[in-house]
Amino acid sequence: MTVLDAHLTVRRRDFRLDLPLTAAAGEVVALLGPNGAGKTTALRALAGLLPLDGGHIRLDGEPIGALPAERRPVGVVFQDYLLFPHLSALENVAFGPRCQGVPRRAARERAAGWLERVGLGEHLAKKPRALSGGQAQRVALARALVTEPRLLLLDEPLAALDAHTRLEIRSALRRHLAGFAGATILVTHDPLDAMVLADRLVVVEQGRMVQEGPPAEVARHPRTDYVARLVGLNLYRGRAHGHTVTLEGDKGPVRFDATEALEGEVFVAFAPSAVALYRTRPDGSPRNRWRARVETIERHGDRIRVGLSGPLPAAADVTPGAVAELGLAEGSEVWAVLKAAETHAYPA
Amino acid sequence: MPWVLVLPAVLGLAFLVLPLAGLLIRAPWSTLGTRLGEPQVLEALRLSLVTSTLATALCLVLGVPLAWVLARTGFPGRGLVRALVTVPLVLPPVVGGVALLLVLGRRGIVGRWLESAFGVSLPFTTAGVVLAEAFVAMPFLVISVEGALRGADPRYEEAAATLGASRWTIFRRVTLPMVAPGIAAGAILCWARALGEFGATITFAGNFPGRTQTMPLAVYLALETDPEAAIVLSLVLLTVSVVILAALRDRWVSTP
Repeated sequence: MTVLDAHLTVRRRDFRLDLPLTAAAGEVVALLGPNGAGKTTALRALAGLLPLDGGHIRLDGEPIGALPAERRPVGVVFQDYLLFPHLSALENVAFGPRCQGVPRRAARERAAGWLERVGLGEHLAKKPRALSGGQAQRVALARALVTEPRLLLLDEPLAALDAHTRLEIRSALRRHLAGFAGATILVTHDPLDAMVLADRLVVVEQGRMVQEGPPAEVARHPRTDYVARLVGLNLYRGRAHGHTVTLEGDKGPVRFDATEALEGEVFVAFAPSAVALYRTRPDGSPRNRWRARVETIERHGDRIRVGLSGPLPAAADVTPGAVAELGLAEGSEVWAVLKAAETHAYPA
Repeated sequence: MPWVLVLPAVLGLAFLVLPLAGLLIRAPWSTLGTRLGEPQVLEALRLSLVTSTLATALCLVLGVPLAWVLARTGFPGRGLVRALVTVPLVLPPVVGGVALLLVLGRRGIVGRWLESAFGVSLPFTTAGVVLAEAFVAMPFLVISVEGALRGADPRYEEAAATLGASRWTIFRRVTLPMVAPGIAAGAILCWARALGEFGATITFAGNFPGRTQTMPLAVYLALETDPEAAIVLSLVLLTVSVVILAALRDRWVSTP
């Protein structure tokens, strides 16, 4: 059942957000995109902190786009949580129910119940500055959920945490989101957070949706350079005829064999690990093989990532041993060979 | 150290400190106790404390909303309004007194109406003292509170709005507590200014013992008839100033 049905249009001087957005009950949708793509603008528009210039927002069929923030059934977890510094954790969480007219005692009881649920039952009286980053994040989550919103908005909920806490809070957050009956919109620029927490990704670039789908699907079949970089794939556009794909390289066409047989405009994606490098021209089919020049050499986990220029700019992952064996250095000329079985084509 | 800078610096310090030292040296320490207990001293002190406290309360009631409007809303002519608010800061207080008299005096534009409609006359009354002090002291409060509001992160107010808080609830439960230190500092500053007010008070409210004669007025008058009493009164005001400085030391005295 669709909870959120929105089309957000917000105009700025040199920026225009034009984003259709839906979310079903219990669904977690991640808005993923580079800085300045309009993710936070979209979130602020949904929360009522920024007026819409066009479009609509409907929650359970009810238009809320013209309502002020305080009258929308929407809960927000802000990037740096924005816990009221002068109120205890308990009073922070009780703030929402109090504003809804719940009597003080009942509001405190509800707040205490929620803090118990997020594992902070022993920190009710603490002021925000006495809480750790992870604890503050959980108070913010409890504060947003205690009012029983139909839409939950999370703005980079894990960005302010250190790596270790992040892991722990991410799995806790995943648990709480699973128990939330309404729709959730999560804004992040971290692909890992998006992959782990979301049921569906909406990739936003320059105010527009450029790709949408389940995380695994987006990770396998990127449709823009930004997404390809996020998921660590090389991405090209070309024309397919059967298993053969012709890419328009800088120095004339380059032909590939792909796993899939297709016709017409396609994307071709392959992982850097699917590229093998040779000092001399290898034998075999001339397909999936081109001459390249080494531009960059960087450590990437336990592999070495080699940036190649040539007819197809590409990234290749090789072992440190291979770098030594091949005598690779910036400026080296090499042959790049791609494994056909690891090259995927899909309709553009 | 270059003596061209150190010498004037030492002279400057001496210039600021010596008069106060002189006050302490000339103070009639032996008779201080009985002097402080004299009825006219106590009366002037009581009147000063009451009027400056009432003036501060008036400034809070009117000045905090004024500061909020200046800090949080955008309207054409806001710069002009802020300039108008600060006028009493640079205006000679006696001019303020004259202006108050022209408006609120018996034949003033508002004063005439107050007299005929309510039978209220403000000049030369204790209420007049409060008004004169508030007129001079309010800019201190407004500027201090406006600065605190500008320094406060408005995103907390947005967070409160998403939790269902109305504008008034946000102001009361989020904005006010967050700028409370700024309001307190502004109120203390405002109170101190009201306590020391002389020019506007004597012009608008006159100099009637027990009714409009505040400490500064009493000091000035005593200087002609009873210099020792003037010193005692001055000592009291000096003590109050030092206490205020101590209360605000974290805000001003400590360098960042």
